[in-house]
Amino acid sequence: MNEQLDYMTGRVTAGKMTRREFMGKAAALGVSAAMASTLFADAARAAGPAKGGHLKMGSVGGESTNSLDPALAASQVPYHVLYNFGENLVQINADGSLNMRVAESIESSADAKTWMFKIRGGVEFHNGKTVTAEDVLKTMERHSNEDSKSGALGIMRGIESMKAEGDVFSVTLNAPNADLPYLMADYHLMIQPGGGMDDPATKVGCGPYMVEVDEPGVRHGFKKFANYWDDSRGHVDSTEILVLNDATARMAALQSGQVHVVNRVEPKVAALLDRAPNVNVHNVGGPGHYVFIMHVDTAPFDNNELRLALKYAIDREEMVEKVLRGYGSVGNDMPINGSYPLFDDAIPQRMFDVDKAAEHYKNSGHDGSPIVLRVADGAFPGAVDAAALFQQSAKKAGIPLEIKREPNDGYWSEVWNKQPFCASYWGGRPVQDQMYSTAYLSTADWNDTRFKREDFDKLLLEARAELDTDKRKALYSKMGYMLRDEGGLICPMFNDWVEATSTDVMGWEPTPSGDTMAGRWSSALWFG
Amino acid sequence: MHPILKLVAQRLALSFLLLLAASALIFAGTIILPGDVAQSILGQSATPEALANLREELGLNEPALSRYFSWLGNALQGDLGTALTNGRDIAESVGYRLKNTLFLAFWAAVVSVPLAIGLGLLAVRFRNRWPDKLISGVTLASISIPEFLIGYLLMYFVSVKLGWFPSVAMINDTMTLGQKLQAIALPVTVLTLVVLAHMMRMTRAAILNVMQSAYIETAELKGLSGLQVIYRHAFPNAIAPIVNVVMLNLAYLVVGVVVIEVVFVYPGMGQYLVDHVSKRDVPVVQACGLIFAAVYIGLNMVADIVSILANPRLRHPK
Repeated sequence: MNEQLDYMTGRVTAGKMTRREFMGKAAALGVSAAMASTLFADAARAAGPAKGGHLKMGSVGGESTNSLDPALAASQVPYHVLYNFGENLVQINADGSLNMRVAESIESSADAKTWMFKIRGGVEFHNGKTVTAEDVLKTMERHSNEDSKSGALGIMRGIESMKAEGDVFSVTLNAPNADLPYLMADYHLMIQPGGGMDDPATKVGCGPYMVEVDEPGVRHGFKKFANYWDDSRGHVDSTEILVLNDATARMAALQSGQVHVVNRVEPKVAALLDRAPNVNVHNVGGPGHYVFIMHVDTAPFDNNELRLALKYAIDREEMVEKVLRGYGSVGNDMPINGSYPLFDDAIPQRMFDVDKAAEHYKNSGHDGSPIVLRVADGAFPGAVDAAALFQQSAKKAGIPLEIKREPNDGYWSEVWNKQPFCASYWGGRPVQDQMYSTAYLSTADWNDTRFKREDFDKLLLEARAELDTDKRKALYSKMGYMLRDEGGLICPMFNDWVEATSTDVMGWEPTPSGDTMAGRWSSALWFG
Repeated sequence: MHPILKLVAQRLALSFLLLLAASALIFAGTIILPGDVAQSILGQSATPEALANLREELGLNEPALSRYFSWLGNALQGDLGTALTNGRDIAESVGYRLKNTLFLAFWAAVVSVPLAIGLGLLAVRFRNRWPDKLISGVTLASISIPEFLIGYLLMYFVSVKLGWFPSVAMINDTMTLGQKLQAIALPVTVLTLVVLAHMMRMTRAAILNVMQSAYIETAELKGLSGLQVIYRHAFPNAIAPIVNVVMLNLAYLVVGVVVIEVVFVYPGMGQYLVDHVSKRDVPVVQACGLIFAAVYIGLNMVADIVSILANPRLRHPK
């Protein structure tokens, strides 16, 4: 039997046997369907990507208000649209290393203040023009100049000057930053002809697929760009993104074969969905986390004893189990976990501890009035349930929490970053420096815990300029301890990315840095 | 002038005033909502500079009243403007969505109105016997189940298990009519189940009411069969309340199907409006609001006119 199976897998690898034939013959040999499916997948992977087909994704997070302008992208569908037709200077690989895209190589000055990106030759826009350093310069200017309304404005702030000379685009920073190349992987920073200055929402990009259909809030269609420079990407002839905001509709579309890929599988249905015969569920731990945030400058949260009391009064294991259904991991009151490079895993995990919580609560001298926690369904999936669990576990330590339910509508403008204690989420960032500078630096716009500490800022700047990784790691570890023990962040859990594909799709690679293979499903998957 | 024409003219003038009032109310409503379009577009990732730049570009720094009147001025000249969020021409995108909404509403009406009236007539014919009870029971049960649940059930059994119809009712211009009809089969079924009971019960009640009259007895005595009595004598006299409730349900099919649109991912007006309300995109909300108001007013006017035409006493006032 083995010989026969070997022969069959060999035929598959040579591209001479289809999945249907293989499964049928394997069943005749008495091999179970699950086993046969695995064998086929391995054999097909060994054969390398097959070309052709029409790959469809059902995605959450699309509205009829979406625009093709990369600067305005803020939800999942525009994100995936950008990765279909656009391309960055660099992207981040599944293992956290840099992937050179429009930039062919990167060099920096010894002090990490000036960075030179050599632009790859022969990269073409969909209108036939060649991508030049000038286009890159203009793109970066549009995201960082005075009129910018880009979502990437925050990360472009440290730039002092930029210039384009020949095929080199160079950036000079106000202060050294060893992580600058990672910042250039931000999804807003897709290279546009002339930087999109004249036409921000242009359909012309330099990615593997060209925009063919653009119906915001309904669907987006793309077809393969024949002159795409990288043959190792973009195996299917055409791709399509259907906007399926309703979770049940999304799962039904996958099961009935109307789409091949879906994102945001709800943890509570993931296990059930995985049992369906034609579906694979994938999950990977990422940097995204669900949080409760306290303003450390507002009473009663200006008292670190009270903050510690609340941090000990939350049952993290229970939340991962009940809110994430196991599709995630416990948090440690800092925004960093093992998915980041240079993470110090020796920092002890904070556990649920009624006695310690009660003790810190007593030390805080809080008057016993209920502490108001604001929450909405939209804060993160399961936020209201998580708040109720928090309320119950805090009650055991004698800490009264009052849950105030807010409407989803207007939550991000009226509650988050305004009210002193509320639920929220972070999608995470590729590197520690970026996460800390986005939300924990004194001057950060989104310092949603109002954590303003000179010594912390100093450590952050020191680490940013430090090119020796061991020293950097030690500095980040110190900062992690500071936030964990004195910050306003209660981080009970890191959520996994949970996505699903139909079984005829090959090439899935778990990628922690973003939704559905960090947007690269369309260029990496193929039909087997 | 003919009294009917005069009535229509009066109603049209009034409708115009009503639409104006509706536009003012919608505008006030979107101003009262927390946050503005700039904040909504940028969401959690809004920096103060980006916000200020976007507000400036969208002209949000002007006072609300002057924004309203400049919008009104343009709208009266037929220019609905462009969406604040993605800069698209509103008339064009609303037109596309409206076409889809009317397409779905039309087919749902084609199925549900004759079915409802037919079932109503049958129920009267066999009143208080088993067909009447069966019809009432089934239609009342289907109206009592939330529409999204019916949608999910159909999706699971008909689409996932049986694979007869797609669960995603996405239609576009490249599809043939047959493909489109197949795509919308499930939403049309759900909508039919939702609106059936109301129209059926009203038909039944209105005709039963007429059936008490002396002339029905006469008709029966002169030897007409049961259905003929209903069809020739009872139905014409019961038409006014039936048309009223039919129009009300037609209006619902056009303006009230957002849940069905979400469940079946149908690209209609409802989802389009909700997206723009949550982004505070006032010009689009105004445009959609006006269309919805106009549909309601228009269908109600049709209902009134039909009931006048159906009633000789109203048709020839003294």
